[in-house]
Amino acid sequence: MNARRSYKLMIVDDSNIMRRRIERSQNFDELELIGTAGNGLEALELFKKADPDVVTMDLTMPQMDGIECIGKLVELKPAIRILVISALADKATAVEAMEKGANGFLNKPFTDRQLNEAIADLIRE
Amino acid sequence: MLQEQELKTFVEGTTNYFEVAAQQPASIGSPYLSEGSPAVHDYTGVINISGKREGVVYFTAPRAMLTVLLMKMQENDFSHETMRDLVGEVANTISGNARRDFGRDFVISVPNVLAGEKPEIPNLPGSRSFVIPINWRSHSAKLIVSLK
Repeated sequence: MNARRSYKLMIVDDSNIMRRRIERSQNFDELELIGTAGNGLEALELFKKADPDVVTMDLTMPQMDGIECIGKLVELKPAIRILVISALADKATAVEAMEKGANGFLNKPFTDRQLNEAIADLIRE
Repeated sequence: MLQEQELKTFVEGTTNYFEVAAQQPASIGSPYLSEGSPAVHDYTGVINISGKREGVVYFTAPRAMLTVLLMKMQENDFSHETMRDLVGEVANTISGNARRDFGRDFVISVPNVLAGEKPEIPNLPGSRSFVIPINWRSHSAKLIVSLK
């Protein structure tokens, strides 16, 4: 991705605290927040309206979990960039998410620096 | 019987949350054994465990501690819902750590959050609970591990 253009960001997490935390802590001028979603179904609805380029995705969520949502988003937009942000710290979960089409994985809890490094890797690849 | 490594995984999952999210480490007090259901604080995040082991693990914290933790996280919403959200996030981290260390022999549930002084916490008949005080700043929470 080209670092000079701007990217539409969607934050998906069932925790209000985490959604606000990610929004507050990311410090990229090129990211424009287009909205947040509390589960996979809401994320798909928001995707249809706002067409995000970059997504932060929790995994454990009600109604539709993050793994299923990643698969659907990648089907709809293969170029989408997805950073999984999850408390699930086992390797098998990370591998499953990457196989579905995620581009990065960050464990909760995280520092601002870790978040921004992970987003930088995502949008500057 | 609860093994030391198992206990360590749950404790580290808890203290790690404070160290990373609030940038201020928590310390642990002297653990003790409790018969029956130990008293809980205002907000409690419960993880059910089945498979190789059976039982519950829960993190319970007073509102005052959660308020300061939220402040340290630059949060400015201190509503009941946000408190529930936070205690759920701590329990989520404990659960994630356990999945990493114990593998798929342990089936670990999505955390359930309870509020109030006497929530209904599932208790295994005849089991004893390990209670680990989690001290952070001037506040104290508890990590309770009750496994068969």
